[in-house]
Amino acid sequence: MVEAQYRFRDDEPVADPAVTVDSFGDQTNAAAVRIEPGDDARDLLPFLDRLRLVEVNFPSFGDGRGYSAARILREAGYVGELRAVGAVFVDQLSHLRRCGFDSFAPETPLDPIDAEAAFDRWPEVYQATVDGRQPIWSKRHG
Amino acid sequence: MKILTGNDLKTGAVIWWDGNEWSLHIEDAVDVGEHAAEILAREEAARHVNASYAVDAQQTPEGVRPGHIKERIRALGPTVRPDLTLKPADPAALNWVI
Amino acid sequence: MYKYDQYDQAMVDTRVEEFRDQTRRRLDGTLAEENFRPLRLQNGLYLQLHAYMLRVAVPYGTLSSAQMRMLGDIADKYDRGYGHFTTRQNIQYNWIKLEDAPDILADLATVEMHAIQTSGNCIRNISSDQYAGAAADELIDPRPYAELLRQWSSFHPEFLALPRKFKIAVIASDTDRAAMKLHDIGIQMVRNDAGEIGCAFYVGGGMGRTPMIAPLIRDFVPLDQLITYSEACLRVYNRYGRRDNKYKARIKILVHELGKDEYTRQVEEEFAQLLTQNIEPPLAELERIKAYFVDPPFEAGASDDLDRSDPDFALWVANNTAQHKQAGYIIATVSLKPVEGIPGDATADQIRLMADLAKEYAFDELRVTHAQNIVFPHVKKSDLYTLWQKLDAAGLSTANLDTIGDIIACPGLDYCSLANARSIPVAQKIAERFAAQERLDTIGELKLKISGCINACGHHHAGHIGILGVDRKGVENYQLLLGGSEGADTSLGQITGPGFSEDGIVDAVEKATDVYLANKEEGERFLDTYRRIGMTPFKEAIYG
Repeated sequence: MVEAQYRFRDDEPVADPAVTVDSFGDQTNAAAVRIEPGDDARDLLPFLDRLRLVEVNFPSFGDGRGYSAARILREAGYVGELRAVGAVFVDQLSHLRRCGFDSFAPETPLDPIDAEAAFDRWPEVYQATVDGRQPIWSKRHG
Repeated sequence: MKILTGNDLKTGAVIWWDGNEWSLHIEDAVDVGEHAAEILAREEAARHVNASYAVDAQQTPEGVRPGHIKERIRALGPTVRPDLTLKPADPAALNWVI
Repeated sequence: MYKYDQYDQAMVDTRVEEFRDQTRRRLDGTLAEENFRPLRLQNGLYLQLHAYMLRVAVPYGTLSSAQMRMLGDIADKYDRGYGHFTTRQNIQYNWIKLEDAPDILADLATVEMHAIQTSGNCIRNISSDQYAGAAADELIDPRPYAELLRQWSSFHPEFLALPRKFKIAVIASDTDRAAMKLHDIGIQMVRNDAGEIGCAFYVGGGMGRTPMIAPLIRDFVPLDQLITYSEACLRVYNRYGRRDNKYKARIKILVHELGKDEYTRQVEEEFAQLLTQNIEPPLAELERIKAYFVDPPFEAGASDDLDRSDPDFALWVANNTAQHKQAGYIIATVSLKPVEGIPGDATADQIRLMADLAKEYAFDELRVTHAQNIVFPHVKKSDLYTLWQKLDAAGLSTANLDTIGDIIACPGLDYCSLANARSIPVAQKIAERFAAQERLDTIGELKLKISGCINACGHHHAGHIGILGVDRKGVENYQLLLGGSEGADTSLGQITGPGFSEDGIVDAVEKATDVYLANKEEGERFLDTYRRIGMTPFKEAIYG
């Protein structure tokens, strides 16, 4: 488990070690999983009730598969902690947040001023995603 | 010979390593021998240059001449706009590139 | 045309501040180049052979005269007095400084323009038919749908780190003026048997190293599912597009490797899931956007006559104009391919002149075409002669649209660090060889396209005659292709044989046109004769 530098949740962080997606099904005591870019997040859907922490690994910030994995889990009703780990940099923070991530464990600590500016950057959003923000098209039409 | 080129970080101008710093003019380029990687790493880290790389070149009577036309265009400017090159008044410049 | 509301303006203004901050962090060393590079690319800023290059978006090729004027002013204020119009309807500036880039974006934002996602591994500028809203043959104006897609794709958080770039085109006529099937997603607006308007989706087209024509994935997506369906197409690509090899990372490779049926199945599955998520804007949003694309106030009963007694004017009308849907009006194209010029380039003064002419004679609107020309979409016929005279006085009246003189060429090795060979000198030599107007007109419609490397920004695969520049042991060499077409009858050009030197390729092109002229039947274009008689006669003449 990787310490989060930023966490937007009130509950206690889960201390369980994160197991692989492949083994999560059999590891019936596990509550934490780590998704790699090549994994299919939907393999976890049968086990959502048991899942309390999902770490999504970004070995490279240019590999955007983790964004889809996160959104898929939120769309399926996952409400536990969704943590971005690895090559997580300031300039990806707002996109990660919009895809449903609520905690961030970058391999290199982020500058707090830059990070906080990044989280607060966008006053409006064009798309409806899983973050609950009202998209512009909705504001236009009430 | 091996010479070094890159772009100025702020302006994007094409620059050439002259042994101490970066020059706009390929005439000033020096042979870095085996030291290309070391110099480039240091100069990139110091933000004196961006997107830098080593180039094969020959010393000719007209000066340093890169082996490939791409770097010769880089050194002078677009062949189709002599007025925008570093030597707008020099009719021989285009021959040097091509 | 579309006008920003406070939300659109807030988005571009925020983007400017975001990029200003990112640039500051790059210049002070907080942000490394490898992290900054994708950020600047997604703001259209390349590092090129001579300097930074900025690609400004012209959404679906449409701009107002105020916007065009700003493009001219930017060329003067920040660049070296000219701009280059591209094959994706955008404009590029070649001599930009990084330290100026945030200010340029701020200036653009004051006229509702930007450089958002014009490069990088994300959804790019959505292109469309340059005659949209004016063409006599369109079903409806495709641009409101392009605008809806533009907003959906801008800063879409899930799709900013795709395997590779993603290009979408939207058309609404059977005559395809936007090379729709050569895009990652090509959409044709269609009407179904029930009379409803919807979207036919073609997915997996593209040029480059492995050109492919997009297969039809879904023949009808209803308007109230357009965004959801697009999102499904993108999500399957984001999840399963190849990331192991840059040259196999486009969606065309995924569709090809999965097969059209399996890709479609995966999209339909994702689509069914996404339909439960309420991500589709209401139809009211489309209606709101469409209200910006109503016809300008055409003068009813405007005269449909044109006085062609001036022979130069008559020639220009014959070559450079197209039928407008409204009687008394006409579509006029300004060719940016004068014989000694650079294809697609225009000076700041020319750009501002075209802006002024649009304001006076074309209801304030211009278009950028895929052939790197400029269109005045709505010109009253009674104004056309005056408009032409003013263009003529400024050297903008070259009457060569869609002829062999109207060459499409990427900037090539003179400007681009990706290129293997120069393309502009080849274009100039060909233009010179065929300069005589009579020759141009005898040969007739011939779309000649030149790319300086396999990335195919010159769209050479889709040229009736295509030329590809390669590096052959350090020397520039040129391959000749014949028979490509970007229209509804999309086809990919075939290589003739061994490559040529710069002078050799000009001769080869001339031999190809000679074969056409010797064999053409009544009414046949070059492309038609080639398709009828095949490669052999051309090959024999060229290689002797």
